[in-house]
Amino acid sequence: MEQVTLFLQQLLNGISLGSIYALIALGYTMVYGVLRFINFAHGDIYMLGAFSGFLVAPLVTRFIPLQQYDTFTPQNFFTIACGAGLVMLTSMAICAVIGVLIEKIAYRPLRNKPRLTVLITAIGVSLFIQNMTQYFFGAEPKPFPQLIPVHPIEGLGDLTILTTQAAIILSTIILLILLRFIVMRTKLGMAMRALSLNPMACSLMGVDIDVVISFTFALGSALAAAAGILVSLDSPSITPLMGNLPGIKAFVAAVLGGIGNIPGAAIGGLLIGVLETLVVGYLRPELRDAIAFAVLIVILLFKPTGLLGRVEREKV
Amino acid sequence: MSRARLILGVFLLFLLVLSLAVEGVLATTFAYYYDVLITIGINVILAVSLNLVNGYTGQFSLGHAGFMAVGAYAAASWSNHLDPVVAGVLGGMGNPAATNVCLVVSMLVGGLLAALAGLLVGIPSLRLRGDYLAIVTLGFGEIIRTAILNTDFLGAARGLSVRGNYTNLFWTYGLAGICVYTVLSLVNSTYGRGFLTVRDDEVAAEAMGINTTRYKVAAFVIAAFFAGIAGALYAHFKAFITPEGFNFFRSVDVVVMVILGGMGSTLGVILAAALLTILPEILRALAHTSFMPPAFQGLLENRLIAYSLLLIVLMLTRPEGLFGDPSAVRRRFIRTRPK
Repeated sequence: MEQVTLFLQQLLNGISLGSIYALIALGYTMVYGVLRFINFAHGDIYMLGAFSGFLVAPLVTRFIPLQQYDTFTPQNFFTIACGAGLVMLTSMAICAVIGVLIEKIAYRPLRNKPRLTVLITAIGVSLFIQNMTQYFFGAEPKPFPQLIPVHPIEGLGDLTILTTQAAIILSTIILLILLRFIVMRTKLGMAMRALSLNPMACSLMGVDIDVVISFTFALGSALAAAAGILVSLDSPSITPLMGNLPGIKAFVAAVLGGIGNIPGAAIGGLLIGVLETLVVGYLRPELRDAIAFAVLIVILLFKPTGLLGRVEREKV
Repeated sequence: MSRARLILGVFLLFLLVLSLAVEGVLATTFAYYYDVLITIGINVILAVSLNLVNGYTGQFSLGHAGFMAVGAYAAASWSNHLDPVVAGVLGGMGNPAATNVCLVVSMLVGGLLAALAGLLVGIPSLRLRGDYLAIVTLGFGEIIRTAILNTDFLGAARGLSVRGNYTNLFWTYGLAGICVYTVLSLVNSTYGRGFLTVRDDEVAAEAMGINTTRYKVAAFVIAAFFAGIAGALYAHFKAFITPEGFNFFRSVDVVVMVILGGMGSTLGVILAAALLTILPEILRALAHTSFMPPAFQGLLENRLIAYSLLLIVLMLTRPEGLFGDPSAVRRRFIRTRPK
């Protein structure tokens, strides 16, 4: 019985970690869908999300004293949710603007250039963001302010779910539903899908491609920023290089799900998160970072299109 | 004897005389410049070898530091454990002949192990193209670093002290010369045209019956061999190595050299390697001059800020690099975006 509880506990931790990867992976997959290139700087947007939360939180807590709460109660739940939500939404907006600016300045002039040129530029942008953040904030880890009270949720028997983990999973579900709505039910979402299907026909139908691409970057960056804030709730120590590894793992998640496929990215993220937690829990903790790469190599060798991807033929 | 071989021979002879004449003075009186000079040599080996993969064969590897790490650690552990045996045959440690032989043997060990790693990485990953390959090579670089970080035998995170600092001007630049010679004669040979066809049009090359995967693996293994030798030289130069010395940013350094010089231009890449080794030194000196406001110091001392801007600006304005052939770049990356 104890074994089952332990397994469920690991699974839960994996899901909360996987939610973070899923949110980042969505950005990779959407940008790949419309532009067919890997936005190497996406992991750094996630980092910038955490840092903008770090800057915004003191402004919000001046009006809503979030630190004074030690536990969730039915009375303070709404206040805390509003305060933390406000921090998150502001950071998401900031990062959406940054994402759009990056696309405008660095990627748009290269729209019709070879893909490798854009990839190299993206690596440059990634390094630039990391090192500028390091220049302004310093390389040492910064403590992220407490937005919600951290304690195990009661009444779950032997399972321990922290409030932060619950917040991560809940917010991810809400964001995924919202994204699903935007992509499937709005005009811009339809334009996004059309663009990823056939850019030429799409612009012939009168879709303003620049607007759709900007919108895609804004959406992806906002999700990455949300992931940055959520992860900082759980492990409140942020550094300018924190985006590197999660960025790569989320990319692996996107490839696992089938790059360009939105539900695929979410599933891939959850799978990578759960796999990583299980490996750390049952095999060896030092394999934590190697597992994502191993997964990537295996998928690319046996099923390069991922779980839900389409086959794309190379035309001469 | 072909002309290229003649040039190489004259270069090596000249180098031998030069290093015999000035090595002692340089290493003791001008230690700082000697340091920079050796680093330039090591970077030239790294950049010219990576250019075979990224420039001539048109692949995009982001894991060169990983192969350098394999070479460095292999050479270091070989020297630490087996040098007394090798030197014993040649009259004991400290004898100049023994020192040189020890260096050559450990370089060979480092180079061959790195080549083996290149083969292991190359066979599965080189079926991939473009950005996928970049990510997988990045992954392999990180896996190698993580593996060293968790191996107690190699010092793990503490780093590894290396017996003897054998590296000298002659061997550094001698190997740089051999590396340049190998890459150039390879690319200019009948066999080597295969590398260029893979770069120029992979689909057409395959249709002409060229085994593109084999060429890619060959380029990878040769590049890894020289990266391993560069790693061995580095280990015997610094006498102390840590896994952090071979992280992703070290790979980026080499990639920036190749891109600045011009992918597929050996001369350009050599110049870029020298330039980008000296540049951080100049920036650092500039940061500490009296007229520089303190706010700019951090900006100038962080080479990656300059490098990242360099990458972005180069790609926006001159993607073929300083000395590259613009037409080669235009032909080279196949656009797979549906039209």
